Amino acid sequence: MKHIISALVENKPGVLAHVAGMFAARAFNIDSLAVGRTEDPDLSRMTIVVVGDDRVVEQVRKQLAKIIPVVKVQDFVDQPVVARDLMLIVISAAPEKRAEILSLIDVFKGKVVDIGQKFVMVEVSGPEAKIDAFINMCRPYGIKSVARTGTIAMPRQFKAEDNEA
Amino acid sequence: MCPKLRSTDSSAKSILKPGAQIVVDTLIEQGVETMFGYLGGVVLPLFDKLYDAPINFIIPRHEQGGCHMADGYARASGKVGVVVATSGPGACNLVTGLATAMMDSVPLVAITGQVRTDLIGNDAFQEADTTGITRPVTKYNCIVKDVKDLARTIREAFYIASTGRPGPVLVDIPVDIELEKCSSDGSKEMNLPGYKVQTKGHARQISMAAKAINESECPVLYVGGGVVISDASEELRKFALKANLPVTMTLLGLGCYDQSRAESLDMLGMHGSAYANYAVQECDLLIAVGARFDDRVTGNVKTFAPKAKIVHIDIDPASISKNVRADIPVVGDAKIILSELVKEVEHRDRKEWFKKIAEWKKKYPFRYDNNSTTIKPQYVIEEICRQTNGDAIVTTGVGQNQMWTAQFYKFKRARQFISSGGLGTMGYGLPAAIGAQIAMPGQVVVDIDGDHSFNMTMTELSTAVEHKLPIKVCILNNGFMGMVRQWQELFYNKRYSKSYLANPDYATVARAMGAAGITVEKKADVAKAVKAMLAEKMPCVVDFKVEREENVWPIVPAGKSIHEMNGLDILESLA
Ligand SMILES: Cc1ncc(C[n+]2csc(CCOP(=O)(O)OP(=O)(O)O)c2C)c(N)n1
Ligand SMILES: [Mg+2]
Repeated sequence: MKHIISALVENKPGVLAHVAGMFAARAFNIDSLAVGRTEDPDLSRMTIVVVGDDRVVEQVRKQLAKIIPVVKVQDFVDQPVVARDLMLIVISAAPEKRAEILSLIDVFKGKVVDIGQKFVMVEVSGPEAKIDAFINMCRPYGIKSVARTGTIAMPRQFKAEDNEA
Repeated sequence: MCPKLRSTDSSAKSILKPGAQIVVDTLIEQGVETMFGYLGGVVLPLFDKLYDAPINFIIPRHEQGGCHMADGYARASGKVGVVVATSGPGACNLVTGLATAMMDSVPLVAITGQVRTDLIGNDAFQEADTTGITRPVTKYNCIVKDVKDLARTIREAFYIASTGRPGPVLVDIPVDIELEKCSSDGSKEMNLPGYKVQTKGHARQISMAAKAINESECPVLYVGGGVVISDASEELRKFALKANLPVTMTLLGLGCYDQSRAESLDMLGMHGSAYANYAVQECDLLIAVGARFDDRVTGNVKTFAPKAKIVHIDIDPASISKNVRADIPVVGDAKIILSELVKEVEHRDRKEWFKKIAEWKKKYPFRYDNNSTTIKPQYVIEEICRQTNGDAIVTTGVGQNQMWTAQFYKFKRARQFISSGGLGTMGYGLPAAIGAQIAMPGQVVVDIDGDHSFNMTMTELSTAVEHKLPIKVCILNNGFMGMVRQWQELFYNKRYSKSYLANPDYATVARAMGAAGITVEKKADVAKAVKAMLAEKMPCVVDFKVEREENVWPIVPAGKSIHEMNGLDILESLA
C-alpha cells in the first residue's frame, strides 16, 4: 500500500543525505521524494511516498523519527489529504495536431508555458493519477521529456471543503 | 529537549579563544578526564591546546585501536568515551570502531580534523568526506563550519551520545575553525528540536504488561544490553524475584543477572543454553527488556517463541516490532519502567514451569570433556573464572573464544563482560581491555582472545606497555579461525578453506614489546600460568595452545528455529 509520509526536518546540510542513506541502508523503497522550504527558514518539509505493508511503513516512520535533525514525522494514511504533483512536459506538436493537443491540455486544466514550431511545453498539476493519465494521453503525439516534482501533500483542514481529489 | 548545561567560566565572556581551545575547554566542562587519539596535520592546533590540558591522553598505535579503547573505557565506566583522529586516513580508520559502538549502543564522541573549509570538496591532501563515510555508523554526525557553533555542537554531541539509546557521535572540525578566534561563550544553549527521549513508560502500557505477567503460567524474562546501559540490574533483580520469573540474557546482557541463581537461564540464541532456548520456545509470555530480537537470538524469526505473547520494553521505539511484533510495547528507560512494573506484579508459584526448567538445566548444562589430556579452551576459561573469583572485567575477541567465554565465565555484575556483539569485530578484545583497565585501574582486566582476533590489533600491546597497564591477554590459540573452521566442518564438508595461517610465537612477540609472555602447552601448566599471569604487574600475554578442533555446542544452524540445536547429543554424552 502507498503511504504519504511528511517529515519536518531541520534545514541543515546532510539531512537529505541522512534520510536517503537510511532508506537505502534499510532497503525501503522510495516512490517519490519532494523537499522544500517552509514558512520557517530553519525547517524544511520532505514529502516521501513509500510503498510497503503496515510493518514496513511503521519502521520507515520510526527510523525517520530517529534521525536527529528530523523534527516531526506524520503518516497521512487513514486521513483525507490533498496530494498534488507538478509536471512539466514537452510534447511533439506538428502543426496539424496542435488544435487537438491544445484541447487535451484544456481538459486537464494544463497551461502552455513554452511553444515552438514542433513542440509545446505544458505545466500540469494535480493528483498523481491525473498526471499519469495526461502522460498517457500525450504518448500518441510523442513525448520529448518529462520533469515531475513528486507528490506533496497536506491533510485536509476543513472536512466540508471539497476540491476534486 | 534542551536541558540547561553547566558552563564553567561565565567570566570568560569577552576573552577571544581559538576554536581548538574551545574544544578542549568544552571537553573539560563535559567531565572528560581521559581521551584517546592520534595526531595528524589538521589536528595539530587541537593537540597544541591539549599540551597543557589536565586530560590523560592515550595514543594508540592505530586509530581503530583508539576507537575500541574509548569504547572499552565507556562500557566499563558508563562514561562517554572520547577519540580524536586526523582527516582522511585517520578518520577512515575510525570507521570499524564507530560501527562497533553503534551496533552495541556505546556512548562515544569522536572528533576528527578536516581540511581547510575553502579546500573542502577539492580532493585536497588527506581529504575524505568524513561525515558522508561515517553517517551510517554514527547516531549523529556533523561538520562545524562556524567557530561560533563549536562549543554548542560539542555539548550536543555529548548529550546525544549519552542519552536515549546511546551511540557514537562524530564532530568534524576543519583546521581553520580550530584556529579561528571567537569569544568563548559562543551560543551555549543546545538546539535539538528533533531529538526527544522518552524515559518514562506509559502508565497504561505498564499496567497491561503487569497484567499479562500476572496471568502468565510460563513466562520468560529476556534481557539485553539495555539493562546494563540503564544501570537497571538491581531493579531487574527485584522485579524478577517478586514476579518469580526465569531470566535469560543476550550476549550483551551477560552480567546483569546473577548466573549462580536457579532462575538464571544464562545466554540464549545461536550458542545459547538449550534450557534458555527451550524455555523461550515453550513460554506463553516473553518479556523483553533492553533487547532487540537480533537474528543471533531469534534464529528463524517466524518460529521464534511461537506460543508467546510479547512484552517489549525498550528506549528505542524503532527497536520495537522491528523483527518480532510486540503485543505490549513499552517505550522508556528500563530502570524507570522496571521500578514501576515491580509495584504491579504479583508473586506466582509456577511450580510446573520451574520444574520443567530445572530438568532442562540438569540435562543440558554447558559441558566439555574435562578428562581430556589436551588443553580444552573451556577449561582455561573456567580456570580463569575460578582464580579471579568470577570478578574480573573480561573482554573478548570474536569467534569461539567469545562464545566459550559467554558460556563458561560466570558473570556477577553489569559492565563486567565487554564484547563486540552486534558487529562482531575481531580485534576488539585487546584495545577494549586497555580502555577498560584505564577506566577501572583497581580491577583485574582479562582479554580472552582468539589467535586470529588478536593478530588484528596486537600492535596495541605496546600501548599497554607504555602505560604499564596490568592487563592479561589469554589467547585461546587453536591455530584456526576457529568459528569459521567449525562452520566449514559442519556445513562445508570439513573443507578447511583458508581458515588458518601461520601465527607468530606470541610470548616472544609480547616480550619484544616489553610485556610478559608465557606459553602453555600442557594441561597441567594451565593453573600455574593463570596464577603467574594474575601476579604480573605489566601487561601479560599467555599463549594457551588449546585443542585445535574443539567445537562450540550447542549451535542453532542458520535459518533454524532456536530449539533445533545441534550438539545436544554431544553434551549429553559428556555427562
Ligand atoms: C574483522 C572481522 N573479520 C572477519 C570476521 C569473521 N570471523 C568471525 S569469527 C572468525 C574467526 C575468529 O578466529 P579466532 O580469533 O582465532 O577465534 P576462534 O574462533 O578460533 O576462537 C572470523 C574470521 C569477523 N568477525 N571480524
Ligand atoms: Mg583461533
